[in-house]
Amino acid sequence: MINPSIVELAIPGTQPEYHFPPYLSSIPRSPRMPLVLLPKTLTERTGPVFGHDLLRERDNDLTAQHGGDPIGERILVHGRVLDEDGRPVRGALVEVWQANASGRYQHKVDSHDAPLDPNFTGAGRTLTDEHGHYWFKTVKPGAYPWGNHYNAWRPAHIHFSLFGAGILSRLVTQMYFPGDPLQPLDPIFNSIPDAAARQRLVSRLDMERSEPNYLLAYSWDVVLRGRGDTPFEERHR
Amino acid sequence: MSGDSVQIPAGSQTVGPYFRIGLDYLIERTPALTLETGGVIEIRGRVSDRDGSPVPDAMLEFWSASKVGDKLGGDGEAGVFPAGFRRTATDADGNFSIVMARPAPVGPGVERAHAPHMLVLVFARGLLRHLVTRVYFADEQANQGDPVLTAIPQERRATLIARPDESRANVYRWDVILQGTGETVFFAW
Repeated sequence: MINPSIVELAIPGTQPEYHFPPYLSSIPRSPRMPLVLLPKTLTERTGPVFGHDLLRERDNDLTAQHGGDPIGERILVHGRVLDEDGRPVRGALVEVWQANASGRYQHKVDSHDAPLDPNFTGAGRTLTDEHGHYWFKTVKPGAYPWGNHYNAWRPAHIHFSLFGAGILSRLVTQMYFPGDPLQPLDPIFNSIPDAAARQRLVSRLDMERSEPNYLLAYSWDVVLRGRGDTPFEERHR
Repeated sequence: MSGDSVQIPAGSQTVGPYFRIGLDYLIERTPALTLETGGVIEIRGRVSDRDGSPVPDAMLEFWSASKVGDKLGGDGEAGVFPAGFRRTATDADGNFSIVMARPAPVGPGVERAHAPHMLVLVFARGLLRHLVTRVYFADEQANQGDPVLTAIPQERRATLIARPDESRANVYRWDVILQGTGETVFFAW
């Protein structure tokens, strides 16, 4: 019996545990005390709404944010943001960041010995349209090494941050590419226990949206927590 | 997929160490408030781990459903930045700060019993899923009757309460301890 007045818990197996020893950084940073149940009050039922004034031109075209073309495989990443009833989430803020085609982030703490690309920052954001659809033009990120264990390499991925209807629909995750042999070796990918749930983070090659002689497209739909009855923050004067 | 089909929410993955590339822009594009404006508070704190070490790559998001800040943030007009929301990230020493409207009690009805508070989401490298907590204010009488706060064991309650900074008006101190002694209360979701 679901208590509608308590924040519901995730379906078992579909979300990572905080403490996941194969991912070493989780060991000193994950809580050990039991998590406390939270009543669903106005605070939990509402969330921020962002408008188009937050965005700038070319915010969702990561290949056009500098003077020249970035190096790498040009791709379109697109899909829909849906709620748990499969309905589109309109006006959802979707934020992305990623490594460049060489597997290097434009970030001061990334010491990987791979070249930076002066034409690629690797950051974007957009709002979903009336059908819940989003798109980004970018280059395919490279795999890169990290210090978790001997010869550890992250599979190619794009970081996604999403806001849906209500603060509890907030999601930060990573989108992966189909057929990447590094996925089964990656503790972060494998932190999600359920195999089908892991596969839902893998995008699909989309030849219908690919453009001949120009770019390949990958399609990825994201389901956020919450249902159609979750109100957005009410507007008022 | 056209409605009426039950969907399973996507799994979370860590924000990782490089999120500032993609997420700092929102901090930069947030309308600035100053403490000189009435009804504005600052919360300063530090995020630390099991060993008491600073967490220099954490992001925190604060959400208040109370409407008191609308006139400050311009909320209520389509496309204007939501007054009840702020994002911040920790510096090299694990410190963070947010400046936003002081939340009012949220209502109506039974929720009037809730003391002013904000929901706080904590993201960091090492957190495969973000943490959910709340922050209250030590100088609010209503804390004594708040149903969320009073349901938490007495000895852990203080981890959710920001304390006034004696040296500066409208500035509060609130630390987040991810694990170990004084571990912050986090909620299940």
